[in-house]
Amino acid sequence: MQDIKTTVRSFVVDNFIMGNSAAALADGDSFMAGHVIDSTGFLELVGFLEDTFGITVADDEMVPENLDSLDNIAAYVKRKLPA
Amino acid sequence: MGTDAPRPLDSSALDLDCAAETARIQQWMTETLPRMHKRGVVLGLSGGVDSSVCAALAVRALGPNKVFGLMMPETDSSPTSAARGGRVAEQLRIRHETVNIGPALEALGCYRERDDAIRVLFPAYGAGWASKIAIAGGAMGGVNFFKLVVQSPAGNVDERRLPIREYLRIVAATNYKQRLRKTVEYCYADKLNYAVIGTPNRLEYDQGFFVKNGDGAADLKPIAHLYKTQVYALARFLELPADVVGSTPTTDTYSMQQGQDEFYFTLPYAQMDLALWAHNHGVPAAELAAALGLSVDRAEYVYSDIAAKRRATAYLHASPSLVTPVSEVGG
Repeated sequence: MQDIKTTVRSFVVDNFIMGNSAAALADGDSFMAGHVIDSTGFLELVGFLEDTFGITVADDEMVPENLDSLDNIAAYVKRKLPA
Repeated sequence: MGTDAPRPLDSSALDLDCAAETARIQQWMTETLPRMHKRGVVLGLSGGVDSSVCAALAVRALGPNKVFGLMMPETDSSPTSAARGGRVAEQLRIRHETVNIGPALEALGCYRERDDAIRVLFPAYGAGWASKIAIAGGAMGGVNFFKLVVQSPAGNVDERRLPIREYLRIVAATNYKQRLRKTVEYCYADKLNYAVIGTPNRLEYDQGFFVKNGDGAADLKPIAHLYKTQVYALARFLELPADVVGSTPTTDTYSMQQGQDEFYFTLPYAQMDLALWAHNHGVPAAELAAALGLSVDRAEYVYSDIAAKRRATAYLHASPSLVTPVSEVGG
């Protein structure tokens, strides 16, 4: 779980806040509310999750409950990965 | 008796005094153009209601001799678009020309790049096929994403969600169309010492439904403050041709027929207009839901999507960012 979060955090920090460490990102922070990721950014994020973790994100899984924070993503990816 | 009981939300919120609005826009145009030291206006005529209304308003303000219309069809354009644009130009008695931008787009690789990206998802895609992009997700509270829809020569329709890489390739390629049209408009404007009119309505302007440095580029935008419903009202008032007044908004960018709502907005334009008006006037989602026959959840999604699109497209409106303002030139 922590590995997933660390990997995704690194991607988000590198790509969406350009490594700007001043922009602190807590595990539960909403990417939408914090204006960190826009709709195109979510498509990039989904591509990253699919490539990195070998999962397929279904259309009906493209919802904030699965994608809108590090916590949500980690829980979602964990559910998608084989036990 | 007071009139303090608020009226329930309905389409009358968008009622417009067309005569007064036309006079206001005319005056604004005649005052604005001299400040730009320009002698007239150029605009693209798509055959749609927005550009037709802008042309008619410009003729009212400046006279037909100071308005120049351009029809700029390309390979994927509906054949009716340029013809309808031409009829508007004839009715308004303005000078006009048709510039087919298809060969230039071909030379730039617009179609090849788009088709290569489509073939990543649908390897059989080629001659005789048609395609379009449709938005999904946001209307139901999800994250907005795009589906690629293709139609085979036999008429079979298939669709798949667009991965980011192919989505960006297709958008980049098709944006050539709007940017090339604007290049042509500015060429004519430079030649005539005219200004260029941009034709977005409020829905498009507010929600960022335009291409930066493409159809988003202009010197004057006469109807950017008007909801699409109001633009149709002006079209009737200005007695534009019946097929313009009754036209359905399309993108006219992809080879399959594509409504603007399908491509970008979460509701058909008349409902989207009312939703945007309601959002702008602080109307609770429950009241919008009642007016449009939607669930309250769905109305809240529409409000969220309006806000999300504003955030996502703010950069389209923005001037280039400078390290230090250059106040001497207002930058």
